[in-house]
Amino acid sequence: MSTLCTQVRRDILRMVHAVQSGHPGGSMGCTEFFVHLYFNHLRHDPKAWTMDGKGSDLFFLSNGHISPVWYSVLARSGYFPVKELATFRKLNTRLQGHPTTHEGLPGVRIASGSLGQGMSVAIGAALSKKLNGDDRLVYSLHGDGELQEGQIWEAMLFAQHHKVDNLISVVDRNSQQIDGNTENIIGLGDLRPKFEAFGWQVHQMDGHDLDDIDRVMTRAREQAGKGKPQIIIMITDMGRGVDFMQGTHEWHGKAPNDAQFEKALAQLPLTSFGDY
Amino acid sequence: MKTYPSTGQKDTRSGFGQGLLELGRENPEVVALCADLTGSLKMDAFAAEFPDRFFQAGISEANMIGVAAGLTIGGKVPFTGTFANFSTARVYDQVRQSVAYSDKNVKICASHAGLTLGEDGATHQSLEDIGMMRMLPGMTVVVPCDYNQTRLATMAVGRMHGPVYLRFGRPKWDIFTPAEDPTFQIGKAQVLTEGSDVTIIACGHMVWLSLKAAELLANEGISAEVINMHTIKPLDHEAVLKSAGKTKCVVTAEEHNRLGGLGEAVAQALALHLPTPQEFVAVNDTFGESGDPMELLTKYGIDTPDIVKAAKKAIGRK
Repeated sequence: MSTLCTQVRRDILRMVHAVQSGHPGGSMGCTEFFVHLYFNHLRHDPKAWTMDGKGSDLFFLSNGHISPVWYSVLARSGYFPVKELATFRKLNTRLQGHPTTHEGLPGVRIASGSLGQGMSVAIGAALSKKLNGDDRLVYSLHGDGELQEGQIWEAMLFAQHHKVDNLISVVDRNSQQIDGNTENIIGLGDLRPKFEAFGWQVHQMDGHDLDDIDRVMTRAREQAGKGKPQIIIMITDMGRGVDFMQGTHEWHGKAPNDAQFEKALAQLPLTSFGDY
Repeated sequence: MKTYPSTGQKDTRSGFGQGLLELGRENPEVVALCADLTGSLKMDAFAAEFPDRFFQAGISEANMIGVAAGLTIGGKVPFTGTFANFSTARVYDQVRQSVAYSDKNVKICASHAGLTLGEDGATHQSLEDIGMMRMLPGMTVVVPCDYNQTRLATMAVGRMHGPVYLRFGRPKWDIFTPAEDPTFQIGKAQVLTEGSDVTIIACGHMVWLSLKAAELLANEGISAEVINMHTIKPLDHEAVLKSAGKTKCVVTAEEHNRLGGLGEAVAQALALHLPTPQEFVAVNDTFGESGDPMELLTKYGIDTPDIVKAAKKAIGRK
């Protein structure tokens, strides 16, 4: 699994370097989460993907700008050919800068990019599952900066009121956003008591420790159906995996130049999975 | 000239409530959401009969639109209900990204549209909503003309796939279309009166006023063709061009800003295919204000005499 994480980080860097645009920082910070989610946790069948996803766990990416990590993991788990990663952000691609259903990419069920909307959508999908008697779960991922959007808190109120207990949301708490540290932009403070006050079951995990991710996500799954929506505060480093990119907002939405790219790849040696 | 006697008065929002209830009985996938305006939107009957399929969203319209988009995943057909302003301007980005761009089968149902909301004033009198929703790729925009048609339109949009904006209003309004109307189809204009001197194309409440205007014009020997353009997008180009080709001049009438609405949609069709003089009966790029609905229509220049005047002006420009 950790080898796969290295390969996914190589994919991310190669994708954004090739088009000199995209968002590597948050993508690299969420790599372990995505790899675990798609290869170890979700009950899904990539080859039989449908929009409605009946009988499958569903995942929604609310902070759509970290599309590179999602695309890499979707491809490597079998949703579409790995070689298609080479089309990222290029004309006529299904791999749009921000994820969309518009081009029919398997694995994507809603457009995201404009922030704050994904939790509401995930709640709707979770209600749909309840109405259908479908006991599979719905997952969503959010950036921490995204919590500055009011719609997130509307959604949190709604989910506790309507007891949407088949939803597990995850917040990427890297404490960085485009303009700097979240606490210097619009401080989010201590998230746990905020979420608890909104009536959610709160968990925390180390977003770079695959064992901890497994432990916490398994626990969250076991607590589904007990009356409360759940949220996991996932502690990560933006830009994780490359020393000069790690822990800073500088690489939120910036592509490495050729020299930086070579330096970065040297820290992420080619794996047996192979480049796309 | 064919005349359309009023068979009574009811609010178009009640037509929506009735249509939603009947559709709910017909299709178990139909669900409804409302942002703390269940009574105003007449959604209480649906909520009472199908409590498991009704979701109170509270005063959080952005979330409501997102939840509705999510409900389509798994096959539900969600209807959202709130006032026109809160169905569009307040949630434009949510509608754009989560519904229209994502091609979700959400029916955005908007009451209290236009000046006839009345006394609540300009904060609530949406005069820009048709324009905003028309601009979204893939969005169908429907503005039915009376209670019966709003009921039928509600059921019709529920039976089609794709995002829809359904606009209706608050006041009791004359009913003149039949309870069951096989000629009503989304995207198909209805020629209510055949005429030869001027074409009047209207939507929503303005259709009734246009029929009254046509009677006044007939008294003066002017033959007006009144078209009920209940679907503004996709616009029935064929109906516009056929009538304009015959009468050689057009009046559009809408309870909306003259920018962005029915008038501009018709003007574009004409400019592209059959340049024709056109007069716009619409609110002249301004906000409304508090007042009695009928007094407001008069003050803002979109009452029956304004349609008559516009028709004569259009004829004079031929």
